[in-house]
Amino acid sequence: MPHALGRFFAKRLGLSLLTLWLLSVVVFLGTQVLPGDPARAILGPLADPRAVAALNEQLGADRPPVEIYLSWVGGLLTGDMGQSYAYRSPVAPFIGAALVNSLKLAGMVFLIVVPLGIGAGVLAALHAGRPLDRAISVAGLSLTVIPEFVSSIALILVFAVLLRWLPLSATWPTGAGPLVQMQHLLLPALPLVIVLFGYIARMTRAGTVEALSADYTRTAVLKGLPWRTVLSRHVLRNALLPTITVIAAQMGYALGGLVVVESLFRYQGIGSLVLGAARAKDFAMLQAGILVIGGFFVVTTLAADLATAMLDPRLRTGGRR
Amino acid sequence: MSDLTVRAPAEMSAPAADRPQRGALATLLRTPSFLVGAAILLFWGVCAAFAPSFVPYDPYADDLLNTLSPPSAEHWFGTDQIGRDVFSRVLTGARDILTIAPLATLVGTVAGTAIGLVTGYFGGWIDAIVGRLLEVMLSLPLIIVALLVLVALGPSTPTVVVVVGLVFAPLVARTVRAAVLSERHLDYVAAATVRGEGAFTIMVTEILPNILPPIIVEATVRLGYAIFTIASLSFLGFGVQPPSPDWGLSIAENYGVLVGGFWWTVVFDTIATASLVVAVNLVAESLQRALSE
Repeated sequence: MPHALGRFFAKRLGLSLLTLWLLSVVVFLGTQVLPGDPARAILGPLADPRAVAALNEQLGADRPPVEIYLSWVGGLLTGDMGQSYAYRSPVAPFIGAALVNSLKLAGMVFLIVVPLGIGAGVLAALHAGRPLDRAISVAGLSLTVIPEFVSSIALILVFAVLLRWLPLSATWPTGAGPLVQMQHLLLPALPLVIVLFGYIARMTRAGTVEALSADYTRTAVLKGLPWRTVLSRHVLRNALLPTITVIAAQMGYALGGLVVVESLFRYQGIGSLVLGAARAKDFAMLQAGILVIGGFFVVTTLAADLATAMLDPRLRTGGRR
Repeated sequence: MSDLTVRAPAEMSAPAADRPQRGALATLLRTPSFLVGAAILLFWGVCAAFAPSFVPYDPYADDLLNTLSPPSAEHWFGTDQIGRDVFSRVLTGARDILTIAPLATLVGTVAGTAIGLVTGYFGGWIDAIVGRLLEVMLSLPLIIVALLVLVALGPSTPTVVVVVGLVFAPLVARTVRAAVLSERHLDYVAAATVRGEGAFTIMVTEILPNILPPIIVEATVRLGYAIFTIASLSFLGFGVQPPSPDWGLSIAENYGVLVGGFWWTVVFDTIATASLVVAVNLVAESLQRALSE
């Protein structure tokens, strides 16, 4: 049995590495080959051709594309993400600091949305077909499509301008404790909670409905177990399996949504870093930022697959569902 | 004679594919959420097409003596930072998003359907390689991929249409591929193969008509996300460009003064965007229910 699990892990890991490699090619094509001439893109159409040539040489963009790609990947593997054109310093420290900030914000989002989404999904499933179920579904579906910048404006207006309950700025004073940090992160986290809530609630509802009608649940009820025990031991344990995968997939989405939220709330995270790099045409920073976001998504998906496999006896033994 | 018997399964499957669609229309017209969504869409559609001819002010005309004035009898929604009439701008602001988003959806649906048909029909190594490439595309947040390409090519309306369309294509392809897989082994496909029809003919004239319902649903869902994505891109400065009255762009231009209490410069654009995405979503969800019944 552990043999099958080991093979499953190895296969998943191999696929993740392949995805990471393809990702690096896509990012490279997007930032080096598509613009044609990086220095021309940076300096604009009116720049002196000599200045363009000089900058291309300085950026190393006058070499053949394969050589640029190999030196870029070689650098990445040794922890060197290249030089930022806009800041004229190495990229890596910026990425590291921004990633820590973004993870704090994403953590805040998931701290709120996971219990809320699972709770609402279970509630909807227990009332399946009745008005409460329909209300939760329609609310979840409608909230999911509200762009973050739209809900941010509404939330800023209500909580920061009218009621003055929450600080407008996401950036806390230096040396602030975890509680103050969380207070500052609450408002920027809410727009993403609004977008993600519907998915998690829907998946939880579907899983719970399925588990509620399963034979093992009926058996558990018939053998006289208290309802609370049936719900926690039999229903939820099975229902939440697919939800784990959804939550992991949403982590990747959340990092994309951070681009909007971080720039709106002027928060120094990976999203605002990528956006700033995009605006400044700082290709080295853009490449590194996007690769880190994609890599993060690959890692969370892999972790979710493994967690699901460990929890699901059918996958663990190599049996197919 | 033999030709007739072989053709029979294909003819028989056609009405079966038609029936749910006709019943679906009747179901839709009795669904309140569909009617609400469709009414809102119709309103914005009329605005997008005709707003310039009936709004009270020129949406581009500034009035520097009358900036940031609150809602009043002359300016129902007030004026913005350079004195433009917000009411006129919100109504005309539907035009760009309602042009770009449907076009992007069309690009994405056509490209995704083509990819899905080919990978689902042929399977094998084509499916394996394309599938992996699509998964890489999907492993990046859509907005990041769109940003990456728009930075490289520069933001312009055709670029936004193509980029957002192509970013959505893998999602459509996934749905279409799954639908093709469930059709590929049915008798009517085998019959067409025996008849000696080419792969292209089978995909387009035999399989495609039978998988239209999921493609229609997917396209409506994508339209909602296209509006979401393009509005966000415009907000970030990589979508619709100034001086368009586009909602995302207007919000980006004016949200800085929100803290000063000038709420009317952004609130109406916010409500407009939210109403449009929710309307498309209500229509998509009702369609999905109606077609799956």
